[in-house]
Amino acid sequence: MSGGHDHDHHHHHDHDEEEQGVALRVKALERVLVAKGIVDPAALDVFVDTYETKIGPRNGARVVAKAWTDPAYKTRLLDNATAAIAELGYSGLQGEHMVVVENTPSQHNMVTCTLCSCYPWPVLGLPPVWYKSEAYRARAVREPRKVLEEFGVTLPEGKAVRVWDSNADLRYMVLPERPAGTEGWSAEKLAEIVTRNGMIGTALV
Amino acid sequence: MDTIHDMGGMHGFGRVEEEANEPVFHADWERRVFAMVSAVPFAALFGDDQFRPAIERIPPERYLSISYYEKWLDALTSLLVDRGWVTEAELADPASVPVAPRHPKAALPSDVVPAIWAGASQSRPGVAVLRRFQLGDAVVTKRQGSPGHTRLPRYARGKAGCIIKAHGAFLVADRNSIGDQTPEMLYTVAFDARELWGPEARSRDSLTLDLWDRYLDPA
Repeated sequence: MSGGHDHDHHHHHDHDEEEQGVALRVKALERVLVAKGIVDPAALDVFVDTYETKIGPRNGARVVAKAWTDPAYKTRLLDNATAAIAELGYSGLQGEHMVVVENTPSQHNMVTCTLCSCYPWPVLGLPPVWYKSEAYRARAVREPRKVLEEFGVTLPEGKAVRVWDSNADLRYMVLPERPAGTEGWSAEKLAEIVTRNGMIGTALV
Repeated sequence: MDTIHDMGGMHGFGRVEEEANEPVFHADWERRVFAMVSAVPFAALFGDDQFRPAIERIPPERYLSISYYEKWLDALTSLLVDRGWVTEAELADPASVPVAPRHPKAALPSDVVPAIWAGASQSRPGVAVLRRFQLGDAVVTKRQGSPGHTRLPRYARGKAGCIIKAHGAFLVADRNSIGDQTPEMLYTVAFDARELWGPEARSRDSLTLDLWDRYLDPA
């Protein structure tokens, strides 16, 4: 499921023509919808700008860092994630009902959506291509440990894996374990080390 | 609809390939498709439960050969054509479409950010719904989903699980996709990985799904 990016591709020419065909279809559709007054191109620009520059995984990283540094906040976050995340100003589309699941020494959590690509937009932004790929959607539920190994994550023998297939209205984010050696760090500094994949569960932090 | 989109557990797709420093969008047309799918529902009302079935109706061989946002383009186009908002002839010759006044519900630029922040909850907390199961109850999933759109994946049908959370009343995707907004209790159900995948799975590993009342029977 590549977008327009480089893959190991042997048919660049065909691929480019295909891309151009899609781009022309998109232009035609936008032109028709604008002529009919169904969409305002300036409103489209605001959607793009918001998800390209304002809503992304830094939001989730701030939530994680606050949970690591403020035990009362962490309790609220695990109890009612939607409300606790809204305390930091993040809410809305594809995050109306949030659940935060905590990695512990005995359990690692990992999030997927096998039926489409449901993803917690307010805290993580739009999903990366790999999350939307057939390979991840097919395999995360069945062989999570193999998928994790491909991401460079090998879990200790005793640690259980729980996969959250977000198939309905709830959206999931992982609260990673706070790494050793970060005692005394500020929430701002901690937020810098929290990765998107850490909050999906395909990386440790 | 039991078609190709229901991918959980399938073999043959290879490694999960991560792109380094991936941008949010890979081409300008992706930006426009994303934004149109977001903005069009203001005027031409549809929601996720109409949009997802439109993606599921893409023929399997095409579904597997096109990118994510191309699926969105196909689905958006088919919804708009099926509902008479645009015609194939207009799409073939956009210059021929006369300029009409703005639709009264079309999103203004100033509508967008508040709409994103408000979201579109499918929860109906004020509606009393039957709660058949309590935390810890053993349940078995139905052997079939709905004939149309459903969110009960094939890999989890006829499987034994345990209720770990009750979320209250939510619109049911299966029914909302055909215009019935009667809510039902939504639960999170945990399954042992071995119940789903047999001995290839680790004994203490598990998986959860969010399942409406209609997907469940008492064990």
